[in-house]
Amino acid sequence: MPAGGASQTQVQSQMQPLLQPHGTMQGYDPGAFFCEMLRPGQPQHPTLTLLMSRLAALPIESLRRRAADAERDLLERGITFTVYSDATAIDRILPFDLIPRVITPAEWTQIETGVIQRVRALNMFLRDIYHERKILADKIVPAELVLKNQGYCEAMVGFNVPFNTYVHVCGTDIVRDETGTFRVLEDNARTPSGVAYVVENRHMSLRVMSDLMTGLRVRGVDEYGLRLHNAMAEIAPPGVEDPQVVVLSPGIFNSAYFEHVFLAREMGVPLVEGRDLTVEGGKVWMRTTSGLAQVHTIYRRIGDDFLDPDAFNPDSMLGVRGLIEAWRRGTVAIANAVGTGVADDKAIYAYMPRIIKYYLSEDMILPNVDTRICAEPDALAYTLDHLAELVVKPVAESGGYGLIIGPHATKAELADFRALLKADPSNYISQPTLKLSVSPTLCDEGVRPRHIDLRPFAVTGKDTWVLPGGLTRVALRAGTLVVNSSQGGGSKDTWVLA
Amino acid sequence: MDLIPQPHKVHLIARHAEATLWLARYMERIENMARILDVTNTFARDADDTRNWLSIPRINGDLTEFYKKHTEATQRSVGEFYLLDADNPTSVQSVIAAARENARTLRALISTEMWLQINVFYGKIRALTAATISPDHFTAVCAMLKDGTQAHTGITEGTLYRDQAWHFYMIGRSLERADQTTRLLDTRFHSLAPVSDAADADIDAGQWNALLRAAAGYHAYRREHPSGYNAPEVACFLLANKAFPRSVGLNLMQIEWHLTQLRTRYFLRMSPALERLDALNGMLTYQHVGELADGRLSPFLDYVQGEIGGLHKDIVETFSG
Repeated sequence: MPAGGASQTQVQSQMQPLLQPHGTMQGYDPGAFFCEMLRPGQPQHPTLTLLMSRLAALPIESLRRRAADAERDLLERGITFTVYSDATAIDRILPFDLIPRVITPAEWTQIETGVIQRVRALNMFLRDIYHERKILADKIVPAELVLKNQGYCEAMVGFNVPFNTYVHVCGTDIVRDETGTFRVLEDNARTPSGVAYVVENRHMSLRVMSDLMTGLRVRGVDEYGLRLHNAMAEIAPPGVEDPQVVVLSPGIFNSAYFEHVFLAREMGVPLVEGRDLTVEGGKVWMRTTSGLAQVHTIYRRIGDDFLDPDAFNPDSMLGVRGLIEAWRRGTVAIANAVGTGVADDKAIYAYMPRIIKYYLSEDMILPNVDTRICAEPDALAYTLDHLAELVVKPVAESGGYGLIIGPHATKAELADFRALLKADPSNYISQPTLKLSVSPTLCDEGVRPRHIDLRPFAVTGKDTWVLPGGLTRVALRAGTLVVNSSQGGGSKDTWVLA
Repeated sequence: MDLIPQPHKVHLIARHAEATLWLARYMERIENMARILDVTNTFARDADDTRNWLSIPRINGDLTEFYKKHTEATQRSVGEFYLLDADNPTSVQSVIAAARENARTLRALISTEMWLQINVFYGKIRALTAATISPDHFTAVCAMLKDGTQAHTGITEGTLYRDQAWHFYMIGRSLERADQTTRLLDTRFHSLAPVSDAADADIDAGQWNALLRAAAGYHAYRREHPSGYNAPEVACFLLANKAFPRSVGLNLMQIEWHLTQLRTRYFLRMSPALERLDALNGMLTYQHVGELADGRLSPFLDYVQGEIGGLHKDIVETFSG
């Protein structure tokens, strides 16, 4: 204490902010990466300083005990996905790292407005390509890229959806580079998953890390079900006073089944499978204990191809025969709309800066990663010349498959990939290797920097609302940049400071 | 008059109603299995050990399946067949897997605490091995199974919202209890039927004892009939008594109440089940059961079992198809 003997009731004496990792954080060194906790070159946020000192004061054994508790808790609660092999079914958890990722109010404003801007542009783009096709006529986006796209759906042409909203739930994958700039990696406009983990991770934090959170003003995440239900009610056919919403799931064997349960529970609506629904007289009905009851909005977690064997994949056992016809008659709403896959395609992504400018006359609030479209000759030449420095991705894949990370690839892998790329350049885009930001993460060696990304969730009926925060995924293996759960990634609670 | 105003109609998916019936039945079935194994292990030790252990496959109609795998009925063989054998659909391993599958189907509907407890209980049962059910642990395993199912029952009582799904749940539980009690009684009446000489009297007392303990009715029975055992009284206690939680009569009475609730509050068409129930109730009187206990009980028990199965079918048919 400084001399002078300050009384007990006074505000604590001013101290130099704890900029250096100490205590449990000792040995933590993010190197050249942007650290979400230390934030080099950015103004110190008092909550972050406090959080780091609280974290540093927690003995590592205590952190490990809590991590073990959290892991057991997730398994017991069945916050799991099931991995099936020949004869066994194993429940796996998405590993939870208990050190939260923090977003300041100013950062959140940028993310929130940026996501809303993108969702608006995506919806306007979809409206346009399924109607007037002005953006194609004006040659902003090549017509064949849209019309020959796997996600493009002929059945949508000329069909109107309420409020011109096609993408009711959007998950925007965002990373942060070494300068601390947020960049969008991709838009997920079909059936993005992960929102259940956002809420469950918060509940887990409150259970195992409540002392870390005490007194901090962190924005809540419990509103999601209510907001989603309201959006689903908004898009229901007009004139229905108390619309019946359902969540349509492929069933208990689907790996995202836990999330489907979560969504139905949080919205307070039935969780149905295709076999529970039937189309009669141009309307969709669910089979209840008291007979057929009409369904007005379907939040579906089944891909386009499987929705209706009459309209799409005739072998699908998961969908509902006649659903698309009922939808076209306007007796039922489907979220997300069919045919949104064309908007979240990696090839279209490269045009997003131009798409936003075209429809909104605005600059991007959340920039893209600099992306080269290998279908364009200059871009292909550049990509081939700089293969060892770039990330090259196939445009139609997701889940981190089929991509090559130049700096991590062997000579032989690069040579093989070069052949693939030359054979089918329009299937690929290239981007500079990103130095993804890092966040302190509990590892075997102690608290260490690990790469993270962020997927905020936007819900759109009449208007767009963004759940504060989103899913922070973390690459748990040292050095790896791939955060996908299928490739050894975990997740963190995401705190947006109020 | 409704206790809760319902401006918003809450529907129950027909498939979920059926899953609810099965969830309740399977959880109840585990408790019954644990009781029978425990009682057989503890109270039925006498000269004819094999006969005692064999009564369990007999109760469940599994004699053929049992003898395909085992040559002799012992604690070990019967224990493995009913606790561990994944090929046996009536083993505790199989039944908890089926119960959990139904709970997963209902996960958006049942309380999170119900799901969590079933999920943890499933893990404990899956972890059982031949070593953990060996004689020195056998009673402890049975106790664990009873604890788990009773925790389930308590959590359900305290947390499951009492709308349609709860009524179906309660019907499922009562159907299973009624069914299990008839099975229990049936095997004992097979083995107990001819009381030929006085030497058998001791054995018979032990048998009645075990039977009542398996049904958790021993002390209540003693209170009602302090003078001793006789076949008509035990049969009446287990079939016609309206106070004993596992008697067929009490469970049918409860089913009737829940069916009536479903009919009057939710307007479900339950008349086929209620009619069948009415006819069945008419036969489960003290007088009628007492008359049958002289040797004609076994075919009657088969008939009651058939009718309980019929009730389940009637209920499911009202909302499927």
